[in-house]
Amino acid sequence: MTALLADIPLEPAGVPRGRAMVERAEWAARSFATYDIDTVRRIAKAAAEAGEKHASEFAEAAVAETGFGVAEHKVLKNVACSIGIWNTYGSHDYVSPVVHADRRIVEIPRPAGVVLALTPSTNPVATTYFKIMLALLSRNAIIISPHPYARKVGVQAAHVMRDAAIAAGAPDGCIQVAEEPSIPVINALMTDERVDVIVATGGTPMVRAAYRSGNPAIGVGPGNVPVLVDGTADLTLAARRLVASKSFDNSILCTNESVVIVEERIEAPFTAAMKREGAYVLEGDEIDSVRGVIFEGDHFNTAWVGKSAVQIADAAGVKVPKATKVLVAPFSIVVPEEMLAHEKLCPVLGMVTVPSAARGIDAARAVLRITGSGHSAAIHSEDADTIMAFAAAVRVLRVSVNVGNSLGSAGIETNLAPSMTIGTGFFGRSSVGENLEPKHLVNHTRIAYSSDERIPMADFAGLSPWQAPHGPVPSYPIASNMDDAPQLVRANGPASESTDELRDEIRKLVIEELRQIIKG
Amino acid sequence: MSGQTNLESAGSAGYDYGLFSFASKAEVLDKAKEYWNPGKTQFWIDAGVPLVIDRREEYYIWDMSGKRLIDLHLNGGTYNIGHRNPEVVQALTVAMQHFDVGNHHFPALARTALAEALIASAPEGLSKVIYGSGGGEAIDIALKTARHTTQKRKIVSIIKAYHGHTGLAVGTGDDRFSKLFLADQPEEFPHVPFNDLDAMEDALRGRDVAAVIMETIPATYGFPLPDPGYLRAVKALCEEYDALYIADEVQTGLMRTGELWGITKEGIAPDILVTGKGISGGMYPIACVLVNEKSAGWLTEDGFGHISTFGGAELGCIAAIKALEICSRDETRSMVHYIADLVGTGLRAIQAEYPEWFVGIRQNGVILGLEFNDPQGAKYVMRHLYENGVWAIFSTLDSRVLQFKPGILLKPEVVEEVLDRTEVAIGRAYREVMGLRKAGR
Ligand SMILES: Cc1ncc(COP(=O)(O)O)c(C=O)c1O
Repeated sequence: MTALLADIPLEPAGVPRGRAMVERAEWAARSFATYDIDTVRRIAKAAAEAGEKHASEFAEAAVAETGFGVAEHKVLKNVACSIGIWNTYGSHDYVSPVVHADRRIVEIPRPAGVVLALTPSTNPVATTYFKIMLALLSRNAIIISPHPYARKVGVQAAHVMRDAAIAAGAPDGCIQVAEEPSIPVINALMTDERVDVIVATGGTPMVRAAYRSGNPAIGVGPGNVPVLVDGTADLTLAARRLVASKSFDNSILCTNESVVIVEERIEAPFTAAMKREGAYVLEGDEIDSVRGVIFEGDHFNTAWVGKSAVQIADAAGVKVPKATKVLVAPFSIVVPEEMLAHEKLCPVLGMVTVPSAARGIDAARAVLRITGSGHSAAIHSEDADTIMAFAAAVRVLRVSVNVGNSLGSAGIETNLAPSMTIGTGFFGRSSVGENLEPKHLVNHTRIAYSSDERIPMADFAGLSPWQAPHGPVPSYPIASNMDDAPQLVRANGPASESTDELRDEIRKLVIEELRQIIKG
Repeated sequence: MSGQTNLESAGSAGYDYGLFSFASKAEVLDKAKEYWNPGKTQFWIDAGVPLVIDRREEYYIWDMSGKRLIDLHLNGGTYNIGHRNPEVVQALTVAMQHFDVGNHHFPALARTALAEALIASAPEGLSKVIYGSGGGEAIDIALKTARHTTQKRKIVSIIKAYHGHTGLAVGTGDDRFSKLFLADQPEEFPHVPFNDLDAMEDALRGRDVAAVIMETIPATYGFPLPDPGYLRAVKALCEEYDALYIADEVQTGLMRTGELWGITKEGIAPDILVTGKGISGGMYPIACVLVNEKSAGWLTEDGFGHISTFGGAELGCIAAIKALEICSRDETRSMVHYIADLVGTGLRAIQAEYPEWFVGIRQNGVILGLEFNDPQGAKYVMRHLYENGVWAIFSTLDSRVLQFKPGILLKPEVVEEVLDRTEVAIGRAYREVMGLRKAGR
């Protein structure tokens, strides 16, 4: 169709719609911020359970829509980010005031308000679930802007949680999703002054744009995870964990390992152990072929994001066993011009060999100089001194020890906060250095008494300013002289036949009844 | 707080609007009396509301003096989605590079597109759209359509109804406006009391009535609410006595009740529905009549039956397509429910402080009538609200009642501000009236 007015700039339809969503969210946030803890828990639990119920369905849908990742692994993440988040934080209270009698301070939680969540294509469902759960637990309204490549499943995931939350009493509009995300829509949302905080997970340009928006932002950038295996490590276990972690969801998480750094004296037994776990160690020309496939000049070829090791080997003309999970690509030195030292969102693992653990630490620092500052690293070692030296030297804010980094730094296989949003802190030019938790979306109003103990402090024990809503929020606008919600006449437009007939039947009965009343 | 008497100019520069200019606000008022409408101009000066609206934006209007007012009059919903809504302005600006009012004799692009959108949004059964240039003309079209369809002449309306001041519409309303122009026709336009089903049935029993025309909530009468089931019973009576039911949704449509068309909340699928005012966002005049198949006959029989050069002006249609879309959004519906909830709760809290003065709240969505315990009560409150930065108008046909009409896209903080200002104004009006009573007015 020719756009006859095409030469005149008109805002894309999604932009005003996005602004309308923000205004609706403001209203929702205003109500939600007064909810009590019991209602909040009921809502969060309902959303979590609904999310879990659809975990596998959406895992498959995500793989189908984006063409990458491993459905079976996504199920795990989807469960972790729905019921898993509930299990971790359900007993926490981000709502009720806390009295610190000793310090003569009372803290009243105050939610941010309107949270704008940008989600990546690599984790479309888990990140959506995760951010919604955090918002619900902290009484925030949230607007999800799904990644355009994973729009359909992102929207569905948000709707499932939304419907459950509303049914459990959440305010209308507290979970919204931009159904047609585009650059202008995202820009309009990010720069809207009514947005209270942006939680951006994704590529560097998007995260930086969030920070530039003028709104408070929590942005998390890319990883490029170095993993050091030193001479003291249990090589069998290290190899098993590393291969499993590197192949998890075909390596599209920002926490998947990127380069393994191996101490020379254990190189042979360690590569043998990796092979037993399903790794294929590339040699000679094979290395160049694989590098040539997954990198296009100086950047990763996104066509290979989340593709399997076998698919990549095929494309590179490398014959590998069908069961191969990871391609290991040895290279000699960690420098920026060596593309294998860069982030690889696919199951290709770079490998360098170092003469000592100390040199290994230098190599890990070099990996992180390329990208991944502030993110995560891993080490397999039994030596406390080495582990401490490693952790104190690498510019990251979490180091997984003797555990796969994908689920380790994400807090799923460690006791870090389980998170799809890894704060990269000052090293990574972010405002949060921890794994994102509900607490990051809450501020506190502090009631502060004079530190002079002679001035009495009131007793706030058991006081809460928050209430359970009396019904749906907002209440339906019933005319002030009526008691019940009206029976609406439906609008024209597409209607289902069966309800049509039923309504006709009801209408006839009603008219008859009214006639009787009028006549009688 | 000099809004009441602030008639001085904005300085030596005066007021220059390009095509015209005035030295002062006083000059505008003088010339308005001289060249335009002396009665109306003087009325507002006497009422303590010497308003000459200058700048307009969102739900704010500014008097020439610079005084800002939050608009809760909205011209009966004309500014439902705010003054100069940026989306409507943009749609019109773009359209003006290509369209004008169009030629009313031909099928037209924008008219057809708007008609399709209106019908999709409308209560079931409505199937065609006829355009007028304003609400009154649209009402006339509705009445003419009913007469053609039923081949009967009588139109029943309620006492204190207001459907506009054009040739036929004026007959449905208060005598004050028809007698002035010798346009009262009691034979053809019987008026019955509101909420009185017996009177309605008496009026219809003769089977000589073409249509009953009803504002879903009578606006100019101060929004008295129809008793539960009243309108449905009227509709049933219409069916029984072969009259059409015309829903005047000029003030109750466009999401103001929390549903796009207020009449659907009454459980009624009308034969004819009239919309105007807010339908084009206050940017270009247009009004629309939606009819069902049964009433659409003349459009086939003689499509030139009603001719109106500006009726369905295409620029108006474009503004209306946008305004209708904005009103129909899920987000908008949700906001209206929130606004209605907060306004209702806030007003009840104010009422609790002045129970003997502020005696009633009539509310359906963001349509509200506030009742005060004095025959002229709403005029006092109106003036104090005006002084206090809020513009809301008394009901022309019942001065006890203040029309209180928040916009459907209001932000929470503005609603809070309105409530704060309203509380103060109601209190001041109360003290003024009590003072007058003591002084033995
Ligand atoms: C309910 C109702 N119907 C019809 C009209 C007439 O509209 P207009 O003034 O555009 O002719 C009005 C105007 O106030 C109205 O309130």
